[in-house]
Amino acid sequence: MFSGYTLGELGSILAMQGFAGLILFSVFVLMALGLAIIFGQMNVINMAHGEFMILGAYVTYLCSLFFQEYLPALFSVSFFVAMILAFIASGALGMFVEWALIRHLYKRPLDTLLATWGLSLVLQQSYRSIFGAREVGVTLPDWLLGAIDLTDFIQIPINGIFVMVLTALITVAVYFLMFRSSWGKQVRAVVQNRVMAGAVGINTERTDRMTFGIGCGIAGVAGSAFTMIGSTGPTAGQLYIVDTFLVVVFGGAASLLGTIASAFTISQAQSTIEFFMSGSMAKVITLLTVVGILMLRPQGLFTLKIRR
Amino acid sequence: MNRGFTFMNRNELVYLAILAAFILVVLPLGLDIFRLNLFGKYLTYAFVAMGLVLCWGMGGILSLGQGVFFGLGGYCMAMFLKLEASTPEATKIQSTPGIPDFMDWNQLTALPWFWEPFHSLPFTLLAIIGVPVILAFIIGVAMFKRRVGGVYFAIITQAIAAILTILIIGRQGYTGGVNGITDLRTLLGWDIRTDEAKYILYFVNAFLLIGALLLAQFIRRCKLGGLLVAMRDQEDRVRFSGYDVANLKIFVFCLAAALSGIGGAMFTLQVGFMSPSFVGIVPSIEMVIFCAVGGRLSLFGAVYGSLLVNWAKTSFSEVFPELWLFAMGGLFIAVVLAFPAGLAGLYKTHLEPRITALLARRGSTSPPDTASMPAGTATKPAE
Repeated sequence: MFSGYTLGELGSILAMQGFAGLILFSVFVLMALGLAIIFGQMNVINMAHGEFMILGAYVTYLCSLFFQEYLPALFSVSFFVAMILAFIASGALGMFVEWALIRHLYKRPLDTLLATWGLSLVLQQSYRSIFGAREVGVTLPDWLLGAIDLTDFIQIPINGIFVMVLTALITVAVYFLMFRSSWGKQVRAVVQNRVMAGAVGINTERTDRMTFGIGCGIAGVAGSAFTMIGSTGPTAGQLYIVDTFLVVVFGGAASLLGTIASAFTISQAQSTIEFFMSGSMAKVITLLTVVGILMLRPQGLFTLKIRR
Repeated sequence: MNRGFTFMNRNELVYLAILAAFILVVLPLGLDIFRLNLFGKYLTYAFVAMGLVLCWGMGGILSLGQGVFFGLGGYCMAMFLKLEASTPEATKIQSTPGIPDFMDWNQLTALPWFWEPFHSLPFTLLAIIGVPVILAFIIGVAMFKRRVGGVYFAIITQAIAAILTILIIGRQGYTGGVNGITDLRTLLGWDIRTDEAKYILYFVNAFLLIGALLLAQFIRRCKLGGLLVAMRDQEDRVRFSGYDVANLKIFVFCLAAALSGIGGAMFTLQVGFMSPSFVGIVPSIEMVIFCAVGGRLSLFGAVYGSLLVNWAKTSFSEVFPELWLFAMGGLFIAVVLAFPAGLAGLYKTHLEPRITALLARRGSTSPPDTASMPAGTATKPAE
């Protein structure tokens, strides 16, 4: 499959595909960060995570429409406003769902899977009723369009760089929130021993609600980023949910570093193979490899060394 | 466990009689052939749901990939029927006569090697059970021997469902792609599209289902069934008692796969085609909901659950296509939150005591039913 390309061309192809993979990587990481918090820390399987992401994407879409209509002068910053709104909308919905649904199911992780799947169906149909079945695209401000030419072969789109910088910032923020703040300490305490955490004065119910809300909020931001590279439709979230779960499981559920490493591996592998084969075969090969590795190493790439 | 082996107690015999009467007499007499064929289709899902009762309800292994096994069974049957429909005479307008039409459209000039054995009916019948079981065995050995279970197993089976769907759709020259394998006509020269054939296939399916139910009931009642429940509730204790937990899990997972495969083959025969839309993530999860609505602990519940949910799906999506997803999503949430033991659980807690009381008041002198459910199966799964 490498025949017909010179070495230089091959290098450029790999670089270009690698960069395309980096954008996929950003969406994976943003999706997986929220999921890693919810699944890795709270042990809740949120099958509706993709729908929380799509909610963020729709909020971004509405926001860009609003700015185009009423505040065209400020359109260039609309994206930042949209991201904050997406975080708030998804986070609020997440907190509501936690209150109405998830808190009754903490002792039955497999049942959270079924219940949140039901939720995802309801959300999908809601999107379809409200926004229509057609996919919508977001108009980007001018400064996000275009590309930087590195060499004759290699072009780097600006929105890709933007998404990646954003991802890096959010990842750092999540790291500090989970591992360097008192709130993160509370979350981890509640997960490890709910009763003891309550006994030492942590409000476990509020901690759960906040954790779930923040996980979903990050999914909303992922949705914002997603609008730059794909069009938003009612079922777009479902396409990513299996991949994202695999990313989280592959990385080792409780490890933030593992999540990032596995998102990187999976997205790069997929986009590199994609160039040489059809997209569907690239996906099959990537998923099969991941499943195969998981069968050999079920605990994932990185595990926390703690005694269970 | 000092009680003797009871295959079915009196109550269960009554339930079996009611179920048999319902699917063998009431439905065929009460419905026209079109509707009966639909119910036959629903009953093929009951095979999968029964497999899930054994695997998930009793064994505690939630598989989100039952659609894979259903689809493999169905595709095996479809491949045989398709080859029979693609004789050189019937396909002489193609550039390569004698191969299925979709291969010709995709510029294939020879039959792929894995299609060759499906010229033979005995091989096909073997493959309908064998292919799903072999795949389940590979997955089971790889996962359970390494003590992967619960959530991780569910996610990996779901990924396998995704992989198989992408593969089938992506390799359309070999599999028929997104349309699936269509235009199936005869089985050994017998036209499966006539009304008479549909009646016969319905009854074959119904008897197979009852046979499968008896087999599953036998497994529930023998020592293996008790071990499965014990394993679900206290896996370590069973392991420390000297049982190989992994082998138990592999067995029950393979059995569920075999049942699904049979269901898939009957589906193909009755519906007349097979496509990836019965393989992927969404149908696989729907199959879990059939089982959950009927009651994850009850074999009879699984049959009624499949009939009810599918019937509701058909009638709802005929009348209000937009509301169907809301109804389905609401059903998921309600079943999980409000009645985790499903319809069978509702029946057991509310209806059965009243019926027993009513019978007792009539002055029936029959002794109380001592050998009812084995300990643990009547209660909710471990929380």
